[in-house]
Amino acid sequence: MDVLNAIVLFGNFVGVPAIAYGSQLALGALGVTLVYGILRFSNFAHGEIMSFGAMVAILVMWVLQAAGIGISPLPTVLLALPAAIVGTIALVLIVDRLVFRYYRVKRSPPVILLIASTGVMFVVNGLIRFIIGPTDQRVDDGTRFIMKVRAFKEATGLNEGLAIKTSQVISLTAAVACVVLLFWFLNKTKTGKSMRAYSDNEDLALLSGVNPDRVVTFAWILAGTLAALAGTLYGLDKVYKPFTYLQLLLPIFASAIVGGIGSPVGAIVGGFVIAFSEVMVTYAYKKFLGYILVADWAPVGLAQFLGTDYKFAVSFMILVVVLLVRPTGIFAGKTL
Amino acid sequence: MSALIGQDMTGGYGTGADILHGCTIGVEAGQIAVIVGPNGAGKSTAMKAVFGMLHLREGTVTINGKDITGLSPQARVREGMAFVPQTNNVFTSMSVEENLEMGAFIRDDDISRTMSQVFELFPVLKEKRRQPAGQLSGGQRQQVAVGRALMTKPQILMLDEPTAGVSPIVMNELFDRVIEIARTGIAILMVEQNAKHALAIADKGYVLVQGRNRYTDTGEALLADPEVRRAFLGG
Repeated sequence: MDVLNAIVLFGNFVGVPAIAYGSQLALGALGVTLVYGILRFSNFAHGEIMSFGAMVAILVMWVLQAAGIGISPLPTVLLALPAAIVGTIALVLIVDRLVFRYYRVKRSPPVILLIASTGVMFVVNGLIRFIIGPTDQRVDDGTRFIMKVRAFKEATGLNEGLAIKTSQVISLTAAVACVVLLFWFLNKTKTGKSMRAYSDNEDLALLSGVNPDRVVTFAWILAGTLAALAGTLYGLDKVYKPFTYLQLLLPIFASAIVGGIGSPVGAIVGGFVIAFSEVMVTYAYKKFLGYILVADWAPVGLAQFLGTDYKFAVSFMILVVVLLVRPTGIFAGKTL
Repeated sequence: MSALIGQDMTGGYGTGADILHGCTIGVEAGQIAVIVGPNGAGKSTAMKAVFGMLHLREGTVTINGKDITGLSPQARVREGMAFVPQTNNVFTSMSVEENLEMGAFIRDDDISRTMSQVFELFPVLKEKRRQPAGQLSGGQRQQVAVGRALMTKPQILMLDEPTAGVSPIVMNELFDRVIEIARTGIAILMVEQNAKHALAIADKGYVLVQGRNRYTDTGEALLADPEVRRAFLGG
């Protein structure tokens, strides 16, 4: 038995990646939940909006790199984030003005807005292909690792190493900072409170003099900011592939719904639940079990529940179970 | 000059049939006016008409002589009107204190004085200020709803069946508070199912039938009128 090595192994292949992925999902799900809480529809375009944010970040990053501006050891793309956020906010506000506002004024049922958002998804997807093309882009310049496997092994004398990527630490830090800021905004500022009031009881908020257009604009600004961040961080952590964001939509919605759609706390918890489930179910436990079991008991097979190709099925299964057992999600959402 | 008058109001919801037919409702500063009548008489509709929630084909609404017939409900809030709906009248997920803050949303000055006045009027709200309003009892919720409306420092407070679904004891207490509010100089317009109790505290009573004024008098006189008693107050 070798518990220490087992823990390090598990941390390296499950803990650290899942925390980073969970942070990215939480940021994405927060955007979905905010739009749902205020505008009361599921925005299927959110994945592509994230992709758009990442694309703007990459374009600006190229300009910065060409000019020789960088913030080594941190990746240059971080410097491009403010521009990406502004660009994404501009996109969502323009889309709202051109598409969603029309249905809002008409007081269309949520399903119409959902279908409209699917259309927006395809248009933005096409726009991205048109601008940056369908090929993969590497984003992670600067120092890629904060801790390398070999350095960890040498420092601790263990068989197993723990690697921590810069992008993973940035993801977690950014997620924590965003969540703190968002909660401060929603709970302490007058505008934030008016958004929660609007989400809770629209008619009464109007009677209290809350301006609905302002609330909607703020919801889009927040959703755009979160989307740009989540998209860029995901691209930084993996590789920026314009098409993966369509697939990312499923775990993001699963996160929001598992936590209770409309509830910001739920979105964060849901993000980590989905991330850990995906990584844990697709991890091969052979070596891990070898460390913690008596030598002869170690499994012969990989001890992997599902192949990594099936990781999206995990979100789906969790989603189905939650909808069957507790349709409101963990934190019974609906209001911010 | 009355604080609020809805004069000869005729209209209905949207493009539907008229519900009100030349109905007149008014209230003086510091007084309580009560609208009573059988189900479907247009009591709540008359109040909503005064607040601008339905389209008037004829008639005018004035506050202190100023014509506000064309204003939206939100704009009327800025003119000094406050409205407590019958249902969904609190933000259930927000704390009592946040409910009151939202009531004062349009104010930019210091609201702490008004809030302490509301807490004086409803001491139980001060105890529960940090609790979500959705966790309170029916009577306490009504107090939050009335408190929220008072936060704008209105001249006119309109209550749509404030005692619906609360126990008789809570009802009496609410009426006591309503009298207290009126004493501070606020005009109160109220729609009530509990006609007897409401008329007992009313300076003025309006009995509506099918969208028309049937009887209009002081609360006392209406209670004493044998015809009104027989037809509307159960003898």
